[in-house]
Amino acid sequence: MEAEAKAARKQMIADVLAEYPAKTAKKRGKHLNVFEEGNTDCGVKSNIKSIPGVMTVRGCAYAGAKGVVWGPIKDVVHISHGPVGCGQYSWGQRRNYVSGAVMGVNSWVAMQVTSDFQEKDIVFGGDKKLVKVIDEIEAMFPLNKGISVMSECPVGLIGDDIEAVAKKKSKEIGKFIAPVRCEGFRGVSQSLGHHIANDVMRDYMIDPAAGKEEPGFESTPYDILIVGDYNIGGDAWASRILLEEMGLRVIGQWSGDASVAEVERAPKVKLNLIHCYRSMNYICRHMEEKYAVPWFEFNFFGPTRIARSLRAIAEHFDDKIKEGAEQVIAKYAPLAEAVVAKYRPRLEGKKVMLYVGGLRPRHVADAYADLGMEVTATGYEFAHADDYQRTTKYVKDGTVVYDDASEFELERIAQALKPDLVGSGIKEKYGTQKLGFPFRQMHSWDYSGPYHGYDGFAVFARDMDLAINNPVWRMSKAPWKAA
Amino acid sequence: MASLRQIAFYGKGGIGKSTTSQNTLAALAEMGQKILIVGCDPKADSTRLILHAKAQNSVLSLAAEAGSIEDLELEDVLKVGYRDIKCVESGGPEPGVGCAGRGVITSINFLEENGAYNGVDYVSYDVLGDVVCGGFAMPIRENKAQEIYIVMSGEMMALYAANNISKGILKYASSGGVRLGGLICNSRMTDKELDLSEAMAKKLGSKLIHFVPRDNIVQHAELRRMTVLEYDPESKQAEEYRQLARKIHENGGKGTIPTPITMEELEEMLMEFGILKPEDETIVGQAKAKVA
Repeated sequence: MEAEAKAARKQMIADVLAEYPAKTAKKRGKHLNVFEEGNTDCGVKSNIKSIPGVMTVRGCAYAGAKGVVWGPIKDVVHISHGPVGCGQYSWGQRRNYVSGAVMGVNSWVAMQVTSDFQEKDIVFGGDKKLVKVIDEIEAMFPLNKGISVMSECPVGLIGDDIEAVAKKKSKEIGKFIAPVRCEGFRGVSQSLGHHIANDVMRDYMIDPAAGKEEPGFESTPYDILIVGDYNIGGDAWASRILLEEMGLRVIGQWSGDASVAEVERAPKVKLNLIHCYRSMNYICRHMEEKYAVPWFEFNFFGPTRIARSLRAIAEHFDDKIKEGAEQVIAKYAPLAEAVVAKYRPRLEGKKVMLYVGGLRPRHVADAYADLGMEVTATGYEFAHADDYQRTTKYVKDGTVVYDDASEFELERIAQALKPDLVGSGIKEKYGTQKLGFPFRQMHSWDYSGPYHGYDGFAVFARDMDLAINNPVWRMSKAPWKAA
Repeated sequence: MASLRQIAFYGKGGIGKSTTSQNTLAALAEMGQKILIVGCDPKADSTRLILHAKAQNSVLSLAAEAGSIEDLELEDVLKVGYRDIKCVESGGPEPGVGCAGRGVITSINFLEENGAYNGVDYVSYDVLGDVVCGGFAMPIRENKAQEIYIVMSGEMMALYAANNISKGILKYASSGGVRLGGLICNSRMTDKELDLSEAMAKKLGSKLIHFVPRDNIVQHAELRRMTVLEYDPESKQAEEYRQLARKIHENGGKGTIPTPITMEELEEMLMEFGILKPEDETIVGQAKAKVA
């Protein structure tokens, strides 16, 4: 990007900051930047407490642990332990699709189970109630393979000993009960919740089950695990097809459509493929240290990255797999070309502004590029420094980068950059559309999907076209201004 | 009816808050005042001497049995004891579980909402020794106690506690109307106790309301779960409590915003009175073996 254009973007950031009180401007100034090519990071601070009043869109540790990491494990009953609100507002979970299971019989992903704390549970402690809830779960849902206890804020405040309850009841029912200390006041965002959830998964599922014989399961040299794909709209399935077609055996996908068996057999794999690095890198690192399982961050958004990832994955295996990868790429090339041929002319040159969560602010950049589009601004809600380092491999010189952006910042930056599409979450959707910008939800895929893999790319391209070229935008200008 | 006086007794654990407050309130009742005692201690022993028994039905234990606090009636928790003093115990969880602080808040809200304060001249809160969290500061918040009486003695830790409690009062004094009513010295017969208490009161911008001498009759009465006023109304000690009650009664509206002192100032004062010896910096952190 030319120096002049870059300076204009820096001025735009300065203008946004100028609206803040001096102290806020100083703090927020460290989270907004224009990317300089060649730098090893994006030049923004991250994983720092949000400033009260700026309307951050971040979540809490409970959201990260229950909503993201644990919630999608289908044959576990997840208790939202505490007052009813947290569970009620997360009822239905994200769109973590589930296969081969019936809700309420052997899958509980979309159900809400809560201990519904009352005043007396706060005053006298909630451990007795937790015992009762576990007993009721066992009676009502005998096919559960385990229980997770997702601790809400008050449980941590009053010092309930949920570990002791979990230990005692676990012995009684003969299944694991995992106490997850994901009180919402811990940490600065949902990110700490991911980490806590990973640690509990390690301590209550993976390590205790390591070395355990699984009847009917035999290891092969081609066993892999998909980690950190939550199967939003079936994403993990669209990824899995490709891996299986190239000759690998996917013995589990975490945690979208995951089962307890898939989690427990994890140390037996040959390679962990991590999709959402931010939320599950911790468990990959643990398996690398303790079980010597290597891990690799792959990207299945758009044909360019899919092909590159397939080849890189194949590098970990023998020639048979390498050939398999080439065959898969060749097989889907016509499909990808057809998608590009159809949509690229309609999307060429369009500019995208993103603001999402774990990995998408960078991973989708080349999928847009495959369609002739360009990401001009991007940022993360709850990233850490290593995410912004990884982002440098995706973004172009002069890209605007924001960390923990406020609604105000997003609005002003959108008005200044005038993107052809904004991709963010439900909280940003309607405000952005009212400003006159086409919008796609990039957390939930706007109830569409999958977007992963070649199949997903076709859906992705169609959806972006639907949003950008929707005729409604031509009618959104006032008639007296249109002339 | 004169306007409702709300007072609270605070002080270091074991200093004799409950004993002093119940004896004083018994003397106030003798003066014709209508009294309500709100015990804010999970042990629920703040009204034992008035009721001749440990209150069995605390607000929170009954609420837990009934299902929720909304299911309770005031009559269920209000007991009447010596000289028609009304008694309520907030109660709370056994040690180590739950949140006793939240329990105090719940109880006080319940009492207010259900009109427990109607028709009384005095509401007295007896709060457990350490103000460990917001719940135990509830009685000093807005629209609760107007005057706080700190029960203390000439012992070092009691003085520390008095200073800390004053900090708590100061915090709420600016937003609400709470004031420090004064210090009550419950004598432990330490050296220069009266002088020290007066000096401390002065430092805190307050006054020593009364110096209650030590007398074994208090223990004799307590063994019978009675106040001295009831056990031996003619005794010298009963007269002391009557004096204290009169002083508190006349002290309405005369409370002050406390001026808590720093740790250094407090230690300096203790050294002045010979309670604390000057520190020998050379022995700090030296194990016995090493010194020998």
